[in-house]
Amino acid sequence: MSDVKKFLYVNRKAPYGTIYALESLEVVLIGAAFEQDVALAFLDDGVFQLTKSQETDGIGVKNFSPTFRALGDYDVTRLYVERESLEERGLTEDDLQEIMYEDEDDDWAEKPSIRVISRAEMADVMAEQDVILSF
Amino acid sequence: MSTLHTVNKSPYMTQSLVSCLNHCKDGDAVLMIEDGIYGGLAGGQMAPIVEEMGKKVSLYVLMPDMAARGVDSSRLLEGIEGVDYTGFVELVAKHDRTQAWL
Repeated sequence: MSDVKKFLYVNRKAPYGTIYALESLEVVLIGAAFEQDVALAFLDDGVFQLTKSQETDGIGVKNFSPTFRALGDYDVTRLYVERESLEERGLTEDDLQEIMYEDEDDDWAEKPSIRVISRAEMADVMAEQDVILSF
Repeated sequence: MSTLHTVNKSPYMTQSLVSCLNHCKDGDAVLMIEDGIYGGLAGGQMAPIVEEMGKKVSLYVLMPDMAARGVDSSRLLEGIEGVDYTGFVELVAKHDRTQAWL
């Protein structure tokens, strides 16, 4: 019997205004070392975490958005983004940064990590987890 | 006599911006800072509400907070003015009081 559990990190807050987004990413990176089945969900204001062209010099805090692109190296290859949350905020998938991973089961082909899914599909993703961590 | 209102929360997560706009007097200014800058986004569900409720006030956003969040000024609702930190101070000095909607 496998002891690998399915973990979902649920991100519902915008970056920088609170520490939640950065802390979530830190916990994901730590958790990735334990070789569990890890996925991330972005809904509500969490979708703002993935926008392109973040430039934080003017507010004196670290720009952590490039770190999302390193997740593939930790076998975190599924970033679910809720389509309705994007639309409610006037965003489209084009406003999000490109995040790729190399698929070891497909001759290391580069594939997108971001999967834009509907609210109903997000509910399905949540319902199939063993552990859900909320930020 | 006028008031500068600051809003630092996303209108998609709290009622701060709507409550602020509900309490503004003619001639007041509303400066959106931190996660409040999302209130200035065109195209979202909040946009028509902010547009309508913001008619009697001057709307501003703090540009460094926009840049941090990857929001270009081309994404802002019409009529919203971007300010830097110096502009923030000038707004504070220009109004009789500052009210923070936390």
